[in-house]
Amino acid sequence: MPTLWLVVSLLVLSAAGFVFGRQRAMSSAEGNAKELHSLPSYYGHNVAFTTLLPALGALAIWLLVQPMFIESRISQLIPEELAPDRQTLGLVMSDVGRVAEGLDVAIAKGALSADEAKSLRTELTDVRARLGEVGVALGADVRPEVLEAAQQYRVMSKTGNVLMAVFVAVLALGGFSWSYMQTHKDFRARNVVEKGILSLLILAASLAILTTIGIVLSMFFETINFFKLHNAADFFFGRTWAPNFRGDSELSILPLLWGTLYVSVIALLVAVPVGLFAAVYLSEYANNTVRAFAKPLLEILAGIPTIVYGLFALLTVGPLLVGTFGKGGFLGVEWMAGATSVLTAGVVMGIMLIPFVSSLSDDIINAVPQAMRDGSLGLGATRSETIRQVVLPAALPGIVGAILLAASRAIGETMIVVMGAGAIAKFSGNPLDSMTTITTRIVSQLTGDTDFASPETLVAFALGLSLFVLTLGLNVLALYIVRKYREQYE
Amino acid sequence: MNDMQFTDRAVDQKETKIAAHGVNVHYGEAHAIKDVNVEIEDKTVTAFIGPSGCGKSTFLRCLNRMNDTIDICNVTGNILLDGEDIYDKRVDPVQLRAKVGMVFQKPNPFPKTIYDNVAYGPRIHGLAKNKADMDEIVEKALRRGAIWDEVKDRLDKPGTGLSGGQQQRLCIARAVATEPEVLLMDEPCSALDPIATAQVEELIDELRTQYSVVIVTHSMQQAARVSQKTAFFHLGTLVEFGHTGQIFTNPEDPRTESYITGRIG
Ligand SMILES: Nc1ncnc2c1ncn2[C@@H]1O[C@H](COP(=O)(O)OP(=O)(O)O)[C@@H](O)[C@H]1O
Ligand SMILES: [Mg+2]
Repeated sequence: MPTLWLVVSLLVLSAAGFVFGRQRAMSSAEGNAKELHSLPSYYGHNVAFTTLLPALGALAIWLLVQPMFIESRISQLIPEELAPDRQTLGLVMSDVGRVAEGLDVAIAKGALSADEAKSLRTELTDVRARLGEVGVALGADVRPEVLEAAQQYRVMSKTGNVLMAVFVAVLALGGFSWSYMQTHKDFRARNVVEKGILSLLILAASLAILTTIGIVLSMFFETINFFKLHNAADFFFGRTWAPNFRGDSELSILPLLWGTLYVSVIALLVAVPVGLFAAVYLSEYANNTVRAFAKPLLEILAGIPTIVYGLFALLTVGPLLVGTFGKGGFLGVEWMAGATSVLTAGVVMGIMLIPFVSSLSDDIINAVPQAMRDGSLGLGATRSETIRQVVLPAALPGIVGAILLAASRAIGETMIVVMGAGAIAKFSGNPLDSMTTITTRIVSQLTGDTDFASPETLVAFALGLSLFVLTLGLNVLALYIVRKYREQYE
Repeated sequence: MNDMQFTDRAVDQKETKIAAHGVNVHYGEAHAIKDVNVEIEDKTVTAFIGPSGCGKSTFLRCLNRMNDTIDICNVTGNILLDGEDIYDKRVDPVQLRAKVGMVFQKPNPFPKTIYDNVAYGPRIHGLAKNKADMDEIVEKALRRGAIWDEVKDRLDKPGTGLSGGQQQRLCIARAVATEPEVLLMDEPCSALDPIATAQVEELIDELRTQYSVVIVTHSMQQAARVSQKTAFFHLGTLVEFGHTGQIFTNPEDPRTESYITGRIG
């Protein structure tokens, strides 16, 4: 709550800064706005931003750093015998957090006074029962060390919050008075505001990049942990995927990669011809009425959540395939055992990718200059000759790029394969077999209730990182090709 | 207008290649060509001049039915090629365009090799029986396009790698390769430098011996240099049509005079 109030007062101060800054600028020019270097509102914005932004930034950083700092200080208070290794330390620390929170709740509800909370002793009070009365349930009796740490925790965060409020307020007031003093009719407020906006934009861009780096690094470290516990050669070159709980799991990516690629290839076999033909029709043949109607319709396909496609695979396409190729099916063969198969997932994923391929190809085909078509038509070529011999060859690199992008989506797709492909990791050439993919295994390895530090769980990160590298490679290649092709017509 | 030299005027009357009667063109509601009548002679260069937006390109594109590719464009009236109505239902616009070739304002070679650019039309129309035949057609077309000597050692290089003037001559060679009877050129030199322009103009003069050439141009000097007949368009109407020498020295219509003396444009 105090943080919210802090932010509100910052906003109020900054709004006041806008008004005062503007006024001061106007009065320094004796009310004649033409005398000012910049428009009056720029002076207002300058004061408002100088008040608000540094203070808000400091607030955000403080809020991030303070819990980490306190946590590391508190964890030193926990005696060695209570927390012999990092994992138990984590558990104890979360106990401390819960007790501290419980004390806060108890005070807020009036069950404890602030002084009582500070002087509480496990020897004298049954803390678990007292907290239970106000609705904070603890799993076990509170140990004296934990209670002490929790009390310490409360003290430190209280001091921290006060310090934070003071620091932020000083920063805001400082910014306010500094920029207010600067405001004068010759001050180049417009240029300063321009620079401020630029740095804001840069900040946003770097945040996006930093998050990406953060994600990759976190996967990377967990992957290293995995390779400490598991043989890298088995992961990359083994032939079997067979996790178990005895500690001798075989965790090889190859069977999963096989399943992933097999499903993706089938998906592309469905999506590329259909999507490409749809794009050719829409961009070269359809008149405006048809286009206005068909394009949004195709794009609706792109908006369907993949879980819905998954249901479609499970409930419609799978049974349909079994009805054809399965036992008692209408072909009279017995090739398919269950509804989940590489073909089921591949076909549905292909349907999902059609709008993706068609809208990308549509853009690329439209980028081929009209002059090319005119040249060909002017020589007496028909439309389809023009498309086959001039438009498509000219658009080919772009289309290859689009296909690669589609492939990278297919490889990373999860829900459809979770529901449609099955769970058996194996090398098989039969598209009617149930197989599994990298993404489905990541889901199942992380959602089981295995120990988080076991190789069976950590392998998810190694799989994730491999997937990331694979799709990144495809994307980079695709973008390279698409960009090179764009240059050709500029 | 003293600095203009006129090409020798053929005095003898040529036969009519294309005759247009009462041609009207609408783009949706907009009336772009208003009741144009014109007769284009064989083995003659006819120039279309007039201010921007007056409908020169639109009318030119009527002559090989390129306007069919624009949805909202509607052409009425009749246009006869060798006495046959090209807008007749029985006429296939695709075959018509093989007979009435077109060269565009901006050179637009296909992103293929020089050889394949020229061979494109003959392949589509099945003009060559075998590879040797095709080689011969390509060479002949490139020679007529006055670019053979420059490209004969690089036929397998992309046509897009040539200079602007070379590209335009390649496009002319490409149009010539399908053996058209009429060649339409829409401002073929507007993207070219003076030297390339001179080369293309020289080429046009040579083409006249075999084809009927219609050229749209913004440059009156160019019209005077290359054409024997000139048509002046203004706001969608054909204002004046006659021998180039007469149009430039002694125009009948005051609008023509204003335009060639630079008062409208
Ligand atoms: N594709 C088109 N759609 C709609 N209007 C067009 C189109 N092409 C040309 N026009 C219109 O037709 C008129 C004649 O254009 P155009 O034949 O290109 O003139 P010019 O070649 O003499 O400069 C102009 O008013 C132009 O706006
Ligand atoms: Mg034009």
